Amino acid sequence: MTETSQKAGAMNRRQFLSDTAKTACGVSLFGLGLGMYSQQASSLPPLAIRPPGALAEDQFASACIRCGLCVRDCPYDTLKLGRFGGDVLTGTPYFIARDVPCEMCEDIPCVKACPTGALDPELDDIDDARMGLAALIDQETCLNFQGLRCEVCYRICPLIEDAITLDLQHNQRSGSHAYFIPTVHSDACTGCGKCERACVLPEAAIKVMPRKLAKGKSAEHYRLGWEEKQKAGESLVNPDVEHQYNLPKGVQYDHGGKGLIKEKVDAVPFGGNALDTLKQHKAEL
Amino acid sequence: MKLTRRDFVKTNAIAATAAAAGVTIPGINSAYAKSDDKIRWDKAPCRFCGTGCSVLVGTKEGKIVATQGDPDAPVNKGLNCIKGYFLSKIMYGKDRLTTPLLRMTNGEYDKEGEFTPVSWDKAFDVMAEKWKVSLAKDMENNKGKAANELTSSVGMFGSGQWTVWEGYAASKLYKAGFRSNHIDPNARHCMASAVAGFVRTFGSDEPMGVYDDLEHADAFVLWGSNMAEMHPILWSRLTDRRLTGDDVKVAVLSTFKHRCYELADLALTFEPQTDLAILNYIANYIIQSGNVNKDFVSKHVNFRLGNPDIGYGLRPDHPLEVKAKNNKKRKDQIGSKEITFEEFAEFVSDYDLESTAKLTKVPAEKIKALAELYADPNRKVVSYWTMGFNQHTRGTWANNMVYNIHLLTGKISEPGNGPFSLTGQPSACGTAREVGTFSHRLPADLVVAKEPHRKFSEKVWKLPEGTLNGKVGYHAVLQNRMLKDGKLNAYWVMCNNNMQAAANMNEEGLPGYRNPDNFIVVSDPYPTVTAMAADLILPTAMWTEKEGAYGNAERRTQFWREQVSAPGEAKSDLWQMVEFSKRFKVEEVWPEEILAKMPEYRGKTLNDILYENGQVNQYPAQQVTDSDNNVYTNHEMDDFGFYIQKGLFEEYRRFGTEGPKKGHDLGEFDQYHKVRGMRWPVVNGKETLWRYREGYDPFVKAGAEVEFYGKPDGKAWAFALPYEPPAESPDSEYDLWLSTGRVLEHWHSGSMTRRVPELYRSFPDALLYMHPKDAKKRGLKRGMTAKIETRRGEITVRVETRGRNRPPEGLVFVPWFDASRLVNKLTLDATCPISKETDFKKCACKVVRSA
Amino acid sequence: MTPTNMPGADRIADAGWLKAHEWLLLRRVSQLSILGLFLLGPLAGIWFVKGNLSSSLTLEFLTLTDPYVLLQSLFAGHVMQSTAITGALIVLAFYMLVGGRVYCSWVCPINIVTDAANWLRKRLDIKGQGLRFSIKTGYWIFAMTLIVASLTHSIAWELVNPVSMLYRGVLYGMGTAWLIILAIFLFDVFVSRRGWCAHLCPVGIFYGLLGSKSVLRVTAMNREQCNDCMDCFFVCPEPQVIKPALKVLTDDKNPLIQSGRCTNCARCIDVCNQNVFSFTTRFNKQDGMHLQKQKEIMP
Repeated sequence: MTETSQKAGAMNRRQFLSDTAKTACGVSLFGLGLGMYSQQASSLPPLAIRPPGALAEDQFASACIRCGLCVRDCPYDTLKLGRFGGDVLTGTPYFIARDVPCEMCEDIPCVKACPTGALDPELDDIDDARMGLAALIDQETCLNFQGLRCEVCYRICPLIEDAITLDLQHNQRSGSHAYFIPTVHSDACTGCGKCERACVLPEAAIKVMPRKLAKGKSAEHYRLGWEEKQKAGESLVNPDVEHQYNLPKGVQYDHGGKGLIKEKVDAVPFGGNALDTLKQHKAEL
Repeated sequence: MKLTRRDFVKTNAIAATAAAAGVTIPGINSAYAKSDDKIRWDKAPCRFCGTGCSVLVGTKEGKIVATQGDPDAPVNKGLNCIKGYFLSKIMYGKDRLTTPLLRMTNGEYDKEGEFTPVSWDKAFDVMAEKWKVSLAKDMENNKGKAANELTSSVGMFGSGQWTVWEGYAASKLYKAGFRSNHIDPNARHCMASAVAGFVRTFGSDEPMGVYDDLEHADAFVLWGSNMAEMHPILWSRLTDRRLTGDDVKVAVLSTFKHRCYELADLALTFEPQTDLAILNYIANYIIQSGNVNKDFVSKHVNFRLGNPDIGYGLRPDHPLEVKAKNNKKRKDQIGSKEITFEEFAEFVSDYDLESTAKLTKVPAEKIKALAELYADPNRKVVSYWTMGFNQHTRGTWANNMVYNIHLLTGKISEPGNGPFSLTGQPSACGTAREVGTFSHRLPADLVVAKEPHRKFSEKVWKLPEGTLNGKVGYHAVLQNRMLKDGKLNAYWVMCNNNMQAAANMNEEGLPGYRNPDNFIVVSDPYPTVTAMAADLILPTAMWTEKEGAYGNAERRTQFWREQVSAPGEAKSDLWQMVEFSKRFKVEEVWPEEILAKMPEYRGKTLNDILYENGQVNQYPAQQVTDSDNNVYTNHEMDDFGFYIQKGLFEEYRRFGTEGPKKGHDLGEFDQYHKVRGMRWPVVNGKETLWRYREGYDPFVKAGAEVEFYGKPDGKAWAFALPYEPPAESPDSEYDLWLSTGRVLEHWHSGSMTRRVPELYRSFPDALLYMHPKDAKKRGLKRGMTAKIETRRGEITVRVETRGRNRPPEGLVFVPWFDASRLVNKLTLDATCPISKETDFKKCACKVVRSA
Repeated sequence: MTPTNMPGADRIADAGWLKAHEWLLLRRVSQLSILGLFLLGPLAGIWFVKGNLSSSLTLEFLTLTDPYVLLQSLFAGHVMQSTAITGALIVLAFYMLVGGRVYCSWVCPINIVTDAANWLRKRLDIKGQGLRFSIKTGYWIFAMTLIVASLTHSIAWELVNPVSMLYRGVLYGMGTAWLIILAIFLFDVFVSRRGWCAHLCPVGIFYGLLGSKSVLRVTAMNREQCNDCMDCFFVCPEPQVIKPALKVLTDDKNPLIQSGRCTNCARCIDVCNQNVFSFTTRFNKQDGMHLQKQKEIMP
């Protein structure tokens, strides 16, 4: 279209209308394409993890201006910017834990670098970061599930004993060894990805994923009794009165704990009283 | 033929059922063999720690392509730790040494020259020339001297990773051939204190128990052992016992919190060195609470008062050594006098709960609870320890003192009861200790200082009387000092990485190696820090590139066959020593008065006398096969023309079966290739589980119940020994304790495990573990680079305030596996004056921000 | 095109090549040195300035933010924290002073690409405008970037914005972003003369709006000396902005080039052998004939 179109005649008006329609059409198509591309691109691939403090993905896309300042201030070269044509929203920061995990700096320089608040400036303790959640997703290949002493993911965990603990179990097969099963706790795991990085398998058995992907949800209608009791610090229902039982001699019964308790009898070849002993001797004579 | 998935599942199911029922189903083996065709499986012990897990090694087309834990091995039952999982990769680092490298300038050897590839011939030529200069000087110096006054300027630093016969061949080459006792293994850094402790208390080295104690004890006490990381498979067994046993307790003592604490019912973090006080308090508690096993004590225990104030094994002009009373002579250091039980009780009564708690900074109730574990007559207790005890300026004492506790309660030498020292190397026991590659030892618990022991050895070795040197040689730490002082000039380092491993490398190790008077040879598969400091590097075959044998911590001797050829021109340690011995005419090493006693040796080479002596070479070359008739190469046999491993072992075995110290019998060579290890003493093909206990140990006199037959009267010695302070403690300038140690992912100096990409990735660099408050005080944050300084050097390491190790305030911990962060630039070379083992766990350092 | 009828040939002949390209060279220096300052960090480890044109941190204290990105973010539903807002206000103030599209001609890296395209277009002797777009199309696109942002809650335009993409590409890794740059280049060469910068680019639209009342202006103060050689029209990326000033078409007979679309690139000053054009402020509306003695504002 040209400036001359401003000179309106009958022909030109028609021309004008048609051109306007074309423009509107073209620009709308552009808008539609951009919108769709933006929607599609905003589905973050499961292994791309946002930096600490990143707003939820839908807010993040509106807040991050793709300046890369967080990338620049990351001392470990953990963070990358999404490239055009790649899987991650162009220009937005992310990391792949298996390549370079987050080292959980105490002063969180990436968050400090963010000018827009896309990385939440309220995050002042890196332990509160929730970048993702580690999940030991393949028990078939995880060496710990085979009884080997690996636990590399556990020992590398900066929040060892909080974010990952070892669940100890008896190894039925060997009979004399234990399983040391790494167990991730979502209330402490920051999703830093050190565990995934360290996994010695060719393809990591423990992976960090976006929390909504990795986390299940318990239902409201059932509570774990022992946990509720622990939370309350006592039984939710008043404890029992003392139970009494009919029991043979030398036997006790522990209601809440061990159950049947047989008294240890000293190993002597004689019975409990003199008459029994005499009977015994008589039989032998 | 390929198995279909269904076939495979079916076969496995049948096999599993059959295994459970203990029957063998015909066809299963063949089905399995078909599924994995062309891989040959054979057994071998793991290359790493002293646990001695057995693995099956899969070889295909001359390369190890896989390993698996040996399901039939009692130690590990098919399991491995993460290092063992990567065994198949340790030999294939891209920078394997494949040719001898000599420092040269313009085609000639030059101490300051560049490493240049040379032939083995050239390497041995230069080497022999240097040795001969030294040996000629020694012969001159030793003219007219008695056997126990002989000096030498040739030495060797060997290894608890040598195979049994390599250690034996080395010991023979030096002690018999070169008449030098300056041969010591790196096991000196590792369990010399345990050796000294066992010998001093029981008159015989090595534990009385076996790993089966793990399944029988009701309580475990870890004294300075991070078993969770350093003995992963044993820890797995201990954990299982804790899980499945009724009321099993685990107590852990350390100077910082580590992974064992997670299982601990009782965790005691004590001030460094004060474990001595805790040990005495426990003895005191046992006595005060009336829990002494009086019957056992009266029958089996003597009491001794050990000499105090024995110094710190530093150079004699060090102020601490000048000040110490009983450190001038060895007999003063080890000296003791007989006392009564009452005197012993009186001695330990000084260590009451209050004063012990104050000194150790451990809550009193915890110390008392620990003492109760030992005192409780109904509780079976095993004590385990590793480097926390052994790398200790009073390491021998600490060992003696834990025996006191077991002796007082009689909790020893029976299933589930006993003191047990764990070893860090695969053959610390089998090679370093049993073969006696220490500077004071001969095979089977014999020592060079005792004339009858030398005489017996000379008889077995067919040497002229008086050949063996009776003067104790330079131990590991002294070797570095003597290198620096120019008294040790021709030096061979084999199968270890001592530049990285030994303490105080700045002041002693490096100046010693680079002293222009010295010629340093390093044999290794990889270019280590030590190799870098050498003048000649010899490429070495490792692990299953040769036939070998290791002895683990429970006295189990395990053999393996050569599986693959070494790369390039790399040769086994054994080959190197035998070939080197061929370069010496006996006249060049022995004086005329010795030769005159056996004139038939004139004109012969050391090889003729030591190896082709009619004994070692008595087994002709043969085909090595396994039960499936697979054929294995044996490069040494091919080169020498006889079965040298068998010859060496069978000659060595005579020390156990015929020697003056009883209870060291080994089985026959061929038998070991068939079994998954045997625990010595092996008598008439039968192994021994619990030593010194009648019924279990064939050497105990009938009716004695227990007999510590290493001692003349069969009674063990309980030593009254005090707490004494460490050599160096934090002060206002160097205000932190520095402790060093290891991590599960890497083995020792990391020369093998850091070349496995996965292991490297899993734990790449050493970290400085410190308390967050200590870090904050110094303006440090987690992840920052900090400089650690001691009076001897400095290194920079990243700060870690979280993670696996949690030191208390006032202590920092740095692992030593990392060749890029050499923590032994910092450490002090103070030793236990008796065992000569360095205390790597205690010195004073400061930590500052790195610019 | 022979040298004699090349735009500015007279100027070159009279004042020399350098003088005839003075402002052009200064602009290239400006564009490249800004990029160079950013590159010093990743290439040489000298972190004078970090980030990119969307937001940057200079000497660890001065944050500058692209107000257009901030606007998009606002439309997408995010209110930025004060650091970014302050940075945007500084940038806003700066361009309102010197002319919004100074961004286009002195900072934007795409300018080099499209100038190169235009050069090639001339070399290939491609005549005419090619596909014509009304400037309204640009406004529509600009509006659409904000609409899409608000509909998708995402700064969607930045997914494809070639301006930030080229910068990010050079500084952080290109990916396939070069395809878009190439597309614009080819578009400008073969499809539409100065199609991208002059008509479509919403960044240019935004900065053009910003600069409609800017202080720094080009004036055709000496328009009476104009000999109608048309060289200024040839080189001007927005030739329509010259005419009102040069040909006294405005109501107040003002010689200032008043359109916000003028990029202050000063190519007209470079090529005019009659010294018609010069920089001045928007408050100087004097006709220059009686001020001949007054010194020209020279770079």
